[in-house]
Amino acid sequence: MATSSSLDAKIPQGPIETKWSKYKSSVPLVNPANKRNLEIIVVGTGLAGASAAATLAEMGYKVKAFCFQDSPRRAHSIAAQGGINAAKNYQNDGDSVYRLFYDTIKGGDYRAREGNVHRLAEVSGNIIDQCVAAGVPFAREYGGLLSNRSFGGTQVQRTFYAAGQTGQQLLLGAYSGLQRQVGMGTVKMYNRHEMLDVVNIDGKCRGIIARNLITGEIERHGGHAVLLCTGGYGNVFYLSTNAMGSNVTAAWKAHKKGAYFGNPCFTQIHPTCIPVSGEHQSKLTLMSESLRNDGRIWVPKAKNDTRPGNEIPEEERDYYLERRYPAFGNLVPRDIASRAAKERCDAGYGVGSSKLAVFLDFAAAVERYGRGEANKNNIANASKEDITAWGKAVVKEKYGNLFDMYKQITGEDPYEVPMRIYPAVHYTMGGLWVDYNLMTTVPGLYALGEANFSDHGANRLGASALMQGLADGYFVIPYTIGAYLAKEIGTGKIPTDHPEFVKVEKEVKDRIDTLLSIQGKTSPELFHRRLGKIMWDKCGMARNEQGLKQAIMEIRELRKEFWRDVKVMGSKDEFNPELDKAGRVADFIELGELMCIDALTREESCGGHFREEHQTEEGEALRDDDNFMFVSAWEHKAQEEWELHKEELIYENIKIAQRSYK
Amino acid sequence: MSADNMHIKLKVWRQSNSNTKGDFENYSLDHVSPDMSFLEMFDVLNEQLIEEGKEPVAFDHDCREGICGMCSMYINGRAHGPLKGVTTCQLHMRSFNDGDTIVVEPWRAEAFPVIKDLVVDRDAFDRVISAGGFVSVNTGNAQDANSLPIPKIAADEAFAAAACIACGACVAACKNASAMLFVSAKISQLALLPQGQAERTIRAEKMVAQMDAEGFGNCTNTGACSAECPKEIGQENIARMNREYIGAKLSSSAV
Repeated sequence: MATSSSLDAKIPQGPIETKWSKYKSSVPLVNPANKRNLEIIVVGTGLAGASAAATLAEMGYKVKAFCFQDSPRRAHSIAAQGGINAAKNYQNDGDSVYRLFYDTIKGGDYRAREGNVHRLAEVSGNIIDQCVAAGVPFAREYGGLLSNRSFGGTQVQRTFYAAGQTGQQLLLGAYSGLQRQVGMGTVKMYNRHEMLDVVNIDGKCRGIIARNLITGEIERHGGHAVLLCTGGYGNVFYLSTNAMGSNVTAAWKAHKKGAYFGNPCFTQIHPTCIPVSGEHQSKLTLMSESLRNDGRIWVPKAKNDTRPGNEIPEEERDYYLERRYPAFGNLVPRDIASRAAKERCDAGYGVGSSKLAVFLDFAAAVERYGRGEANKNNIANASKEDITAWGKAVVKEKYGNLFDMYKQITGEDPYEVPMRIYPAVHYTMGGLWVDYNLMTTVPGLYALGEANFSDHGANRLGASALMQGLADGYFVIPYTIGAYLAKEIGTGKIPTDHPEFVKVEKEVKDRIDTLLSIQGKTSPELFHRRLGKIMWDKCGMARNEQGLKQAIMEIRELRKEFWRDVKVMGSKDEFNPELDKAGRVADFIELGELMCIDALTREESCGGHFREEHQTEEGEALRDDDNFMFVSAWEHKAQEEWELHKEELIYENIKIAQRSYK
Repeated sequence: MSADNMHIKLKVWRQSNSNTKGDFENYSLDHVSPDMSFLEMFDVLNEQLIEEGKEPVAFDHDCREGICGMCSMYINGRAHGPLKGVTTCQLHMRSFNDGDTIVVEPWRAEAFPVIKDLVVDRDAFDRVISAGGFVSVNTGNAQDANSLPIPKIAADEAFAAAACIACGACVAACKNASAMLFVSAKISQLALLPQGQAERTIRAEKMVAQMDAEGFGNCTNTGACSAECPKEIGQENIARMNREYIGAKLSSSAV
């Protein structure tokens, strides 16, 4: 591993409040006649991809969009539950652009870039306006105005939501805008297509190679710019809250073709997920952070207490988040809540058959809401039963779909007994390194949404992923892409018979042939499980030098074994999910190695990255700002070989402090 | 029930592609846990098939938490299986008995051709949305989100319709392979909101025309669509769509 000079993020000069507005007024424009001749490829159709594709097409560019699912509406943004942040200050509780900016930087444990985060906070309000105009049915109050709730790491109510299906409603809004353009012929949509490589010509990204997942045909697509909106890589852990198909392949191929990978070890472990129930488990299901508005987290005060949660008396319960963090209580950020749950379970206080769970309890909220209803209706002597029934009705309206999902998966009724929850891999703050323009280190190749590393530092706050995806797609890329495309108006159509397309297409085909020809004994699924176990055990919620070094060796062995012993059924000229999976697992294995290398070199703890060697006496993350206040951007050199580039983080508008939620 | 002790027999539809004829194949699985989801049971089946050197069963799935709408199995003659308000991925084996034989087929509808085994082509739904399932507002033109209050009841009703996941269960469950529940959910959502008013009539006309062009059948008020819908989208949406459509036809002749 070599280390080289620092990276330039191209952040505009000037005070932080005016950087973005000044940039917007000075960025080069492309006239309508030229836009018609410029083609943009958008890979992935989640919030970032769908909003970008629709908006760029509205502006007049020719857009081709790709997704591996059978419809763009199925991208995994759809599963986001709790909400989307915006600095609207509709609740009159002191919110502002600066506060959202500050909360996000602090929540990210001072490892995010000031310029990007301020821009994100600035456009957050526009997102809500845009979504409402597109017919997104957000939750409303009786007066007809929008409703808000709280999320972790903040002391204001700035989260907009649509029951527990906010991601679904936002994605369907962006999708309907996208389908409108498809109907008008300005976007050509390629469903069930997977990007398998990018094509660079003379140092610029000029297109992609994609596989038609129905016919198996390998296709060349040229474009003047390529936008990767392909989401995160949490599935490297095998078990995560991601969809089964979520993968790193597009981002990884771009990385191997010159795009640096930023902070790969920054992964978010979400504190409230349904615990693993057995060996057969294929994925984990999130219980929204919004539940921590009303749910109280606790474990029994005694070890190995096997009584059902509702039979343990109040005085024998340890509400450990309220005890340790009185200022934020159950609404501390995710990394802190996750580590606190792990700490209690490791110490022997866990509940349930696996002992790897804590309680999330709504009894207090049911009673509080029940009494509120009684007061509202002027009922003085309501019975306990009535209060409970009214309280349950309020809780049902707020979280009904989540409670149903919990019951369906576990067979237990959370209205009667406390939920059992445990942390699970959820989101990846790391991703392709991008500059202020969202451009990677390959000119013409962009990364948006979770696929880039840019805005969340070492820990993302709840309800900020939806905000960032839509900010990038609706309000950032439409401006920043002009800076590049204004210089491309003379380029003309990208020829897909260029030798570089021929060469990359052959590489893709050869790799598929190799995967199918090995005919070993082990399915891609089993390799994926083994990789996931290495990653979770040694590069998960807590990491240490010895474990990471061992993980790197194990992953290298696993990679060699994969290419010796993988068994891929079926052929290449047909619909073949096993072949798709094999390619994705091969890329995850390589990514896993880089994540461990990154975690090993970052000898500090920050946000979701917790190195056991670096903690305070109270077990909190201990940053080393003198030596690690930078973004790690990794350049791929060769198999098992990367070079580290650093982007220094400069804080001019925020005072750096130890992050405290006490 | 203790873990991993169910024995399940499966009759699964196998079909190489849209041009070949399909047929049922029989499989037998031991050590099925009641805590497994139905799709995890299929994962076990597929790993078993791979070990035997046979081709695994192709089936659509993605989020596995009941929201993406990708999974689509017709189980024992019912879309998404025996439970009400549940997608296949959220169905668990505890809903079946030890020794059961379970029949699994793809969605069957002319507008949803089989791609392979249990996987069908639902592009028709995207085309129906492209015909009018949107508000024509370009990015950057929106007024402040709170400048237009929307009564909570209308917003809640629009949300209930918007909860549709476009899985296609309504089409699969309907004897006429009608897509009216799907189409009416989107028409209702936008008809109930002030933002949808400007294009209200043209939307109903265009979406219905596209629905017909795709080869979906008509509605004969059986109600199977709503009964089998994993998101329990109400049949009243179909009534609303019919009103919207008739109203549109009386006032316009755009389509």
